[in-house]
Amino acid sequence: MNMELSRRGFLKATGAGVAATSLGAMGFGAAEAAVAAHVRPMKLANTTETRNTCPYCSVACGIIIYSKGDVRKGEQADVVHIEGDADHPTNLGTLCPKGAALKDFVQAPTRLKHPMIRKPGSDKFEQVSWDVALDRIARLMKDDRDANFLAANADGLAVNRWTTTGMLAASATTNETAWTTFKVAKALGIVGFDNQARV
Amino acid sequence: MTNAWTDIKNTDLVVVMGGNAAEAHPCGFKWVTEAKAHRGAKLIVVDPRYTRTASVSDFYAPIRQGTDIAFLNGVINYCIQNNKVQWEYTKAYTNASFIVQDGFAYSDGLFSGYDEDKRDYDRSSWDYVMDEDGFARTDPTLQHPRCVWNLLKEHVSAYTPEMVERICGTPRDKFLKVAEMISECSSPTKTMTSMYALGWTQHSHGAQNIRAMAMLQLILGNIGVRGGGMNALRGHSNIQGLTDLGLMSHLLTGYLNMPTEKEPDFETYMSSRQFRPLRPGQTSYWQNYRKFMVSFMKAMYGDAATAENGWAYHYLSKLDVPAYDVLRVFEMMNAGHVNGYICQGFNPLLAFPNRGKVVAGLSKLKFLITMDPLDTETARFWENHGEFNDVDTASIQTEVIQLPTRCFAEDQGSLTNSGRWLQWFWPAATAPGEARADTWIMAQIFLRMRELYRKEGGAFPDPLLNLSWEYHDPGDPEPEELAKEINGRALRDLTDPNDPSKVLVPAGKQVLNFSQLRDDGSTMCGCWIYSGNFNENGNNMARRDNHDPDNTGAYLGWTFAWPLNRRTLYNRASADLNGKPWDPSRKLMEWDGTKWTGYDVPDIAPNAKPQDVMPFIMNQEGVSRLFTRGLLRDGPFPAHMEPFESPVQNVFNRKMRGNPVGRIFESDISQFGNSDEFPYAATSYRLTEHFHYWTKHNRVNASLQPEFFVELSEELAAEKGIKAGGWVRVWSKRGSVKAKAVVTKRIRPLICDGKTVHVIGIPLHWGFTGTAKKGFGPNSLTPFVGEANIETPGYKAFLVNIEPSTAPGGAVA
Ligand code: SF4
Repeated sequence: MNMELSRRGFLKATGAGVAATSLGAMGFGAAEAAVAAHVRPMKLANTTETRNTCPYCSVACGIIIYSKGDVRKGEQADVVHIEGDADHPTNLGTLCPKGAALKDFVQAPTRLKHPMIRKPGSDKFEQVSWDVALDRIARLMKDDRDANFLAANADGLAVNRWTTTGMLAASATTNETAWTTFKVAKALGIVGFDNQARV
Repeated sequence: MTNAWTDIKNTDLVVVMGGNAAEAHPCGFKWVTEAKAHRGAKLIVVDPRYTRTASVSDFYAPIRQGTDIAFLNGVINYCIQNNKVQWEYTKAYTNASFIVQDGFAYSDGLFSGYDEDKRDYDRSSWDYVMDEDGFARTDPTLQHPRCVWNLLKEHVSAYTPEMVERICGTPRDKFLKVAEMISECSSPTKTMTSMYALGWTQHSHGAQNIRAMAMLQLILGNIGVRGGGMNALRGHSNIQGLTDLGLMSHLLTGYLNMPTEKEPDFETYMSSRQFRPLRPGQTSYWQNYRKFMVSFMKAMYGDAATAENGWAYHYLSKLDVPAYDVLRVFEMMNAGHVNGYICQGFNPLLAFPNRGKVVAGLSKLKFLITMDPLDTETARFWENHGEFNDVDTASIQTEVIQLPTRCFAEDQGSLTNSGRWLQWFWPAATAPGEARADTWIMAQIFLRMRELYRKEGGAFPDPLLNLSWEYHDPGDPEPEELAKEINGRALRDLTDPNDPSKVLVPAGKQVLNFSQLRDDGSTMCGCWIYSGNFNENGNNMARRDNHDPDNTGAYLGWTFAWPLNRRTLYNRASADLNGKPWDPSRKLMEWDGTKWTGYDVPDIAPNAKPQDVMPFIMNQEGVSRLFTRGLLRDGPFPAHMEPFESPVQNVFNRKMRGNPVGRIFESDISQFGNSDEFPYAATSYRLTEHFHYWTKHNRVNASLQPEFFVELSEELAAEKGIKAGGWVRVWSKRGSVKAKAVVTKRIRPLICDGKTVHVIGIPLHWGFTGTAKKGFGPNSLTPFVGEANIETPGYKAFLVNIEPSTAPGGAVA
């Protein structure tokens, strides 16, 4: 191949069934163009491709998500396929049995769709609106903080500890989520604040 | 990881110990295959089980779980005895020549200064002898009897091949073969890489496991070089990021520390963080601590953080214990001292040790809030699932609020992989139902609480009212805005200290990286080590240039690696004292007479002369530490310690149980089992088909590995009358599980201290929600013990009993 085209770009160009003549015009040799001409158009040709990362292990393989619809244009978008990103230096397009089945995680039957509340002693969750859930959380947290916040220790030194509410942060969320979470938890004085790193 | 996944292809020898990369990190393990195929590299696996990593190894040696220190000290001893040491590296780049105080000693399994009542050491003698100028004394000839090298030599001399066999159960000839293969990497032109994961961290002596290998790597000259390093493979996709960003009880961002009660004001806090160099002319980069700390406080509290108020230091919590780590919080919960708990993407019901204690703790809460894309066991801890979750629902008075979050496919932002690469990703799908981003949820909780405090007042509202929240939509901060805040910006014009008329960074502009941060309040930066991630050049985490000049595996144009886009930490150590690469065929950095050049961003000032400035710039010594002074609670050298629950006694001190300074709570002592009642050594692990408790929600993975099982040897199965595929009950002092038995040749009995030790393997992927069959996890059985330095629970070595049984109630046969 005598032109600068990424591995992934090459797959895409051939897979999308670009006519042999135009491939030739792009600088491909005749043999490569002939092969490309016989490759049938990809099923995924009309999907939106998005670069993402496998959320499971810390190898962090590059993936490409194919969706019907473009969520970044505000459209409804549903995942139809996920595959390894051939341009990614770590995984070079490969995925393990976990990453290869990612679509079923996105669309798992047990994905949560609505805020729920389980009342004390109850044997079921009941659906509530976000406003109800968030107002309730703010109230529960503030009441507990106001009742138990330790402003000073026995020596009168300001210690600002709220020990009666704790938080576990998620180590599969983004750095940006982590920073938001950090700011809120530390500003509230939650000292029982940890994440999976310790576990 | 000190190096990157893609760097593993440069190695000559891979040692997988304390991990199982082929199964747990499959696509990263590909680089081992690459090194084997193209460099002729060899792979050694040391593990209690013959894992799938072992199945493609060149040499496999069995080991009893929890005895890695004895094994590694044995290898260090072998290298010293056989003169297999990279001498030039060891003498120049480690503290081998530093003289240690006379008070330091080791005997009967304990270091000097042990206080049995406090379960702690007085570490004051674990230090160097200092000269009048406050520099550490050294003896470059290594003749001084109290120099680190001679103390190390003596310390490891007990770990003969016979002793290793006795403790670890590794046959002497197998140990010697491993030691010999490793020792060959003392050649300056041969490198070895260590790949480890939770098999080393999840012990009450986890830090010392890692120390032992790091020391071995240092005396072989394998740190800072291509194909070398200490490579922590890590667990979750952003476990590295959350650690870096300090989402831990004892940390602030970028490894700055939370203050303690002993540090009532900012200047007191800073006084123990001066980081004066301990040798003349050394960098001791933490001397910049103040700049990072002040910039962090400005990021948190903006204008409310001023020089006059110690940068709002009074807003920070002051700790009275080393950390309110997860074990401590669940201990407090059990004692009725915790009312509320928030679990963001975390499933403690299956993740924390001694599940009985976890359930009891959660049941005492007033409220539990969960945020997750999936329906977790924790959110449903109150729901009765027969034997799988046998709780009395009506008696549990905890209010549970379950919030649906977006998953990776619907979210955007950066994740930090184990090679420290911050990789940006984009959203591809509409979230189901009303699921929302975690950033939105955290912002909503914050704004609502702030509003309540504004209206009602309440306990010390100042940090909340003054928390910097300058987002374009305060209710929904954008990932880019947050990333820019992490990078930091100038709050006033930053002028050149040598020429005040020259503005380096105008007010409001992003700083280039942390080198531009100041301690006078003129800069803000959320997390200094990440600075450079999103500067005026744009979002560097989204870069996608995958060119790799000369195929070194560095990929400097691909996303962004912290710090400063550096791919291999300590890379200046890849060159000798004259700045010449140890191995010209594997050059990484080189001194060209005036500056450092090469394939990576130099891990040293670019113009620091090779003979003057040593490569370990974060250490006050300028060199790496074979002796860690008082920095670890359980000793300056690693010493063999048994797990708290062990089938054999510690051969160095038969009275000593576990790590003498490992963290245990009074209430858990009665829940330790002994080997007469619980004779078998159990361990836990992951399978390649599953990721923790997530993939059981997914049909493909649930059908690949549908059902909970335990693994045991043919010998033990025969002894106990257990049939392959039959049901067994496995129980510890803390709980009981039922599983299908996998009877396998992959696990063999070991002989330790004259006793036959049977190992039982327990994978961790099942629970009572999702698509897979209902099952249990090892945490029903594991002890509530914390690592001595970082309080990581020990999941890898504990005692159980086993017997044939019937199916659990409610199971589908
Ligand atoms: S595809 Fe497999 S190896 Fe790659 S990040 Fe995902 S879980 Fe890890």
